[in-house]
Amino acid sequence: MVLGAGVGRSAGSISGKMMGDAVRSVLPILTVVAVLLGVWMLSVVPMNIHLAADQAQRDGVVVVPDTPIARQDVGAVALALRNPAVVPMTYVLDRPRLPGPQQVAAELWKTTFGVKVTSKKSLVYHGWVTLSATLLGFAIGTTLGIALAVGIVFSRTMDLSVMPWAIASQTIPILALAPMIIVMLGSLGIQGLLPKAIISAYLSFFPVVVGMVKGLRSPDGMQLDLLRTYHASASQGFWKLRLPASMPYLFASLKIGISAALVGAIVGELPTGARAGFGARMLVGDQYGQPLVTWAALFAAAITAAVLVGIFSLAERASLKRMGMVR
Amino acid sequence: MMALVAIIVIWGIGWTMNLALARSGHRSAGWAAPLIFGLTLLLVWEVGVRLGDVSPIILPPPSAIAVTFMASLPILWADFAQTILKGALTGYVLGAVAAFAVAVMVDRSEFLTRGVLPVGAFMAALPIVGTAPIFVKWLGSDWPSKAAVVGVMVFFPILVNTVAGLRDTSAMQRDLMRTYGAGYWPSLFKLRVPAAMPFVFNGLKIATTLALIGAIVAEFFGSPTVGMGFRISTSVGQLALDLVWAEIVVAALAGSAFYGAMAMIEKRLTFWHPSQRK
Repeated sequence: MVLGAGVGRSAGSISGKMMGDAVRSVLPILTVVAVLLGVWMLSVVPMNIHLAADQAQRDGVVVVPDTPIARQDVGAVALALRNPAVVPMTYVLDRPRLPGPQQVAAELWKTTFGVKVTSKKSLVYHGWVTLSATLLGFAIGTTLGIALAVGIVFSRTMDLSVMPWAIASQTIPILALAPMIIVMLGSLGIQGLLPKAIISAYLSFFPVVVGMVKGLRSPDGMQLDLLRTYHASASQGFWKLRLPASMPYLFASLKIGISAALVGAIVGELPTGARAGFGARMLVGDQYGQPLVTWAALFAAAITAAVLVGIFSLAERASLKRMGMVR
Repeated sequence: MMALVAIIVIWGIGWTMNLALARSGHRSAGWAAPLIFGLTLLLVWEVGVRLGDVSPIILPPPSAIAVTFMASLPILWADFAQTILKGALTGYVLGAVAAFAVAVMVDRSEFLTRGVLPVGAFMAALPIVGTAPIFVKWLGSDWPSKAAVVGVMVFFPILVNTVAGLRDTSAMQRDLMRTYGAGYWPSLFKLRVPAAMPFVFNGLKIATTLALIGAIVAEFFGSPTVGMGFRISTSVGQLALDLVWAEIVVAALAGSAFYGAMAMIEKRLTFWHPSQRK
């Protein structure tokens, strides 16, 4: 891959600096979040006004124009202006096209803390189903990825034959393999946690390989020469120089890997119509016309991803600080 | 047993060839070694499946996949046009243009920039593909809902990279533009946008894979009876795994071609950047 400038996969240092900036940018961040929430709040009215007008009419409120068909011809904003009384109702619909933020938050709260953890309605229960597959797969994928990266760095043959494929794999939508892996393992009699974990594993595997190879190769000639003057063996060079030097790259890939693993586990729940997990909740909400369920599952998944990435960011900062790699 | 022996023999031959190639240090090793490795894998797969009597509903041999691929070209093309050309490309262009416009607007304010960079980086790490059922509900099951999912998915990485890139000029360069009497727009187009290009292309390249993933996975949530995601999920249900693999080959080819095209445009436009110099 080209050594380009940028943020994302290939640039650990820039995103690291950005995390440092984030601490000093609380006010700007809050502003941006407030703007996003404001846009969301505003969009709720035009998205739901037709539904709300139908509902209001059933409840006996006078609505202009007075038939649903006539209302279809009126634009959302115009309808809201002509029926100001209906506007507040757009925020409290049971089955809104776009739920308000407070509805999503309430649903999240209710299904996380309001029901028993073992209940089929509890997001904690569904979250654990997805999270366990994610973590198991991530552990497998990361371990194999680091092992392969070590092999690639020490064996020229492996470097030549495997590395181009590892890089090419990043341009391929390997997530498309997910449904097949589920069915393939299903017909072998393997069900439940493991197929999803395998999808998570191969999604987190390739970023870790590519990042770790870059990291293990990051010591420059001067540092390698120094170790040679110390008469260090190859394994000493690995443990004392290459492995510590690769840590920033490892953490950058771990953060990409864990969010990829979570997406993998969620998508792995879709094709078989799994009954538990975030993906299953999204499907259920979608098929049974319960948008709040879908939205709550979506946000729960987003929060889970944020917490996982956040944990790795903290671990990254702590360990790099201890190692004296201040960035 | 036979299959195991055959696999070990083939693997040994391939690996020995690559060992020799690596040791010789010949120039051709750069492309020959991965090719040999790939062919070895394919051969192991083919021989293992045939001699090991693996059922084709678990793993079809590569030759069967190739036959299916050639026989179902019209289906594959229709799916490709629906998912990649309509869904992924439209969404990619929309998302990229929107991200670029927002980045230029945000860039005028240091305050907003400091807010947008971390929030955008955070959003880029979220499982946005999960919004697919919502967009399918809003925009129907045809390709516009896929384009919307793709647009949102590619928006954040491109936004973050463009905003970061637009800041990537030195005080000296900006002072030079000022001595030329260049105002905001000339210095934007003549200095900062070109300087941002390496960053922008990093975002655009990351987004190529995201676009394909978004378009294919969104079809798992609802689609017309055409499209790569639709074909994959229904063929898996019918245990027609050779067709699924053919679709995956198409996805792999499309992904590499898309990424390659962006890398080529990048090479043309950012020839001055150290990472592109020979």
